[in-house]
Amino acid sequence: MNALNRLLSSAVLGAAVLMTAPAPMAKAETPPNMLVIAHRIDDITTLDPAESFEFAGSDLSRNVYMRLVNFDPMDLKAGYQPEIAESWTVSEDKRSITFTIREGLKFHSGNPVRAEDVEFSLQRAVILNKTPAFILTQFGFTAENAAETIKADGNTVTITTDKPYATSFVLNCLTAVIGGIVDKEVVMANEQDGDMGNTWLKTNTAGSGAYSLVSWKPNESITIQSNPDYYRGAPAMERVIVRHVQESASQRLLLERGDIDIARNLNPEDIAGARNAEGVKVEEELKGRLMYVSLSQKHPELSKPQVRQAFKYLVDYEGMKNSFLSGQYTIHQNFLPQTYLGASDAAPFTYDVEKAKALLAEAGIPEGMEIEVGVREAQERIEIAQSLQNSLGQVGIKMNITIGTAKQILSRYRARELDVYLGAWGPDYPDPHTNAGTFAYNPDNSDEAQATGLLAWRNSWDTGGLTAKTDAAVVENDRDTRAKMYEEIQAEFRETSPFVIMFQQIEQSAQRDNVMNFSTGQAITSASYWQVTK
Amino acid sequence: MALSENTRERRVRASLAPWLKGVLVALGSVSITMLGLLLITFIIGRVMPIDPVLAIVGERASQTTYDAVYEQLGLDKPLLVQFLYYLWDVLHGDFGMSLLNARPVSEDIKRVFPATLELATLGTLIGVLLGVPLGVIAAVRRGSWIDQIARVVALVGYSMPIFWLGLMGLLIFYGVLGWVGGPGRLDIFYQDIVPTRTGMILIDSAIAGEWGVFRNAFSHIILPATLLGYYSLAYISRMTRSFMLEQMSAEYITTARVKGMSERQVIWGHAFRNIRVQLITVIALSYANLLEGSVLTEIIFSWPGIGSYITTALLSADMNAVLGGTVVVGLIFICLNLFSDLLYRVFDPRSK
Repeated sequence: MNALNRLLSSAVLGAAVLMTAPAPMAKAETPPNMLVIAHRIDDITTLDPAESFEFAGSDLSRNVYMRLVNFDPMDLKAGYQPEIAESWTVSEDKRSITFTIREGLKFHSGNPVRAEDVEFSLQRAVILNKTPAFILTQFGFTAENAAETIKADGNTVTITTDKPYATSFVLNCLTAVIGGIVDKEVVMANEQDGDMGNTWLKTNTAGSGAYSLVSWKPNESITIQSNPDYYRGAPAMERVIVRHVQESASQRLLLERGDIDIARNLNPEDIAGARNAEGVKVEEELKGRLMYVSLSQKHPELSKPQVRQAFKYLVDYEGMKNSFLSGQYTIHQNFLPQTYLGASDAAPFTYDVEKAKALLAEAGIPEGMEIEVGVREAQERIEIAQSLQNSLGQVGIKMNITIGTAKQILSRYRARELDVYLGAWGPDYPDPHTNAGTFAYNPDNSDEAQATGLLAWRNSWDTGGLTAKTDAAVVENDRDTRAKMYEEIQAEFRETSPFVIMFQQIEQSAQRDNVMNFSTGQAITSASYWQVTK
Repeated sequence: MALSENTRERRVRASLAPWLKGVLVALGSVSITMLGLLLITFIIGRVMPIDPVLAIVGERASQTTYDAVYEQLGLDKPLLVQFLYYLWDVLHGDFGMSLLNARPVSEDIKRVFPATLELATLGTLIGVLLGVPLGVIAAVRRGSWIDQIARVVALVGYSMPIFWLGLMGLLIFYGVLGWVGGPGRLDIFYQDIVPTRTGMILIDSAIAGEWGVFRNAFSHIILPATLLGYYSLAYISRMTRSFMLEQMSAEYITTARVKGMSERQVIWGHAFRNIRVQLITVIALSYANLLEGSVLTEIIFSWPGIGSYITTALLSADMNAVLGGTVVVGLIFICLNLFSDLLYRVFDPRSK
């Protein structure tokens, strides 16, 4: 239905171009101090930064909560910058970082932001142990030791990790949503049955960021109001409204009529149409999502090195990028998305059927071999699977496509039952370890290890020396050396791994041309609004 | 004196008995239907290939976290035990918490249902007010140009995909002409002005005397309501025409005409009077269909109604929300059926 829907809506909007040409529309306009965004926000499940782990929820959190360190949307390449922490020092043994809290910061409640609030927020995230808690607990914090390892003292907070990790790794993790600092007084006043305010914070906020929450109507809208006490000064956009508009064609109509300022979910046809619309511009940013194919190393044929290589030559990268993925994905063959520390733009593989045939012959692959690929029911993934099926057919491999829901496909993938998996992966936090630690890391490849969170384990791949190299990179303190280590890991990974990384996502947002400085946060963070002007 | 009191009592009893019996039968039938509905939706919810645990913990959670949430949701218990727990909660008006947005499902339904109710009621009004006269005229002037138009209108209404018509409507009346409001229930300037009483913005704004909000809400609802009204009209007019044709060929109509009654009296006083009962069923069914929430209309017009609520919940594996929404929709069907049964009794002398 989606494809048909898309096709017909495009046909309708095609007709629109013809119809609107002789009779230009009378434009509405949003107020100069208000930003109105159309976005799909039905993925928000909770507003609690200790629990929130979805895209639209991250956008809200980024604007409502401040963190110890954060990214500057005007200069994302600069990496993490001081936010609540004015400065920090690292102990000699590299295990402790002491943050000095910026003076004069206030929560939306009017309460001052204190070291005690930072201590409470980080300890709370560890103790609650919700889905994103692993971002902090990977440093050895536990509910039992949180009181010792995360400690406030006067105007400073010291965190002590179990190993001397790279400072950049720890600080990058603190820029994630889970690093949001909550107002202890307000949260604890709303505690129920010892839940540390979790129930209340699911639908309310207690932050100190550039905006405070006015309302969240699930699947309908989010309204936030500028914080006049924000330490960078009151934002130019006094009110930001994010409206849930599911349909791309409806988003485009609202934008072209001037009823919204930004449309964030336009399909390629509507993006093409919006480019020609008066007063509308289209901006592109690389996001963190990667599209990949992986081969189970339990399969006797797929585990041969030549077969792994052959698959990398059987993807019609250019063909797909220029057709159904046009504008939505760019070719990318490494596990670190572009814009990440240590990211590489090396793309040695091209669509080369002859080379693949030679590799398969060398591996002694029997003619007519049949394999199964599991794909979740998403249009772009199904189309990629069909393209791959066609390429494999040319080398005599029959690939059967099994399409299913997340439950059907993921449960088999996590149980190591699929020959081939085709899917997407997005980083959890803005540090290279987020992807290195799942693609190239697998300390125990046995079935009993049940390391279902690791992609290498799901594909039964013993990563060999890459696990140790990943361990080494995560404790390397020199930023440049660390970046180089990840480049080397990826170079080896490209050649030897059973992962065929194909594409990196591009987000295209169509905006009224008077909107300036809007950023979706690229691959490393989320959208922020304080810097936007009109 | 005593005798007359006894007689009165007997008479009262005699008049109450069928009434009471009727109520008890209706209640029994509603209870059984509701139980069946709950059981079926519950079982479908459990056997569907969606995973509420995965929806909560995310695909990269460890097996331990997965198992803990699985247990927390009670999914490790036998199906019958799960159903009995669910039944107990529903009987107490508790549909559980939405697995995804952590709000009580009943609160969510209270928020989204009025939006659908408002849209469906206006749509049905449009459908009835235009569809019934059109059907009657088409039947009376069978084969005339009006009849042909009515048939084309019905045919188009049946065959056009609703999302296509919706997008065309938006494009022309909102995008090009600017006569109506765009997707959503209100322009951003009018949001959160009127306090929520019924959840139906037209009524709430009228109560509050906020006529600017009323006009804006009307400009937003008129296009989707007309669209739904058109589909309703197509069905109602076709059925009305068919019912009327049957009546117009009956002997009593010829008798009425022979007796010298005016054509108006014959059509509206006799023929139409006799199709009221059937028409009530048709209108009730059409209204119930719209109250289910027209998913595509709600999506195109960004209308936060129950149809898109259930669909989103289904796609997000939020089973509590799906079950809650389905039970409410089922209840609406049952209530409308009961209501049309009651109207039968009022309008059809034979049922008395």
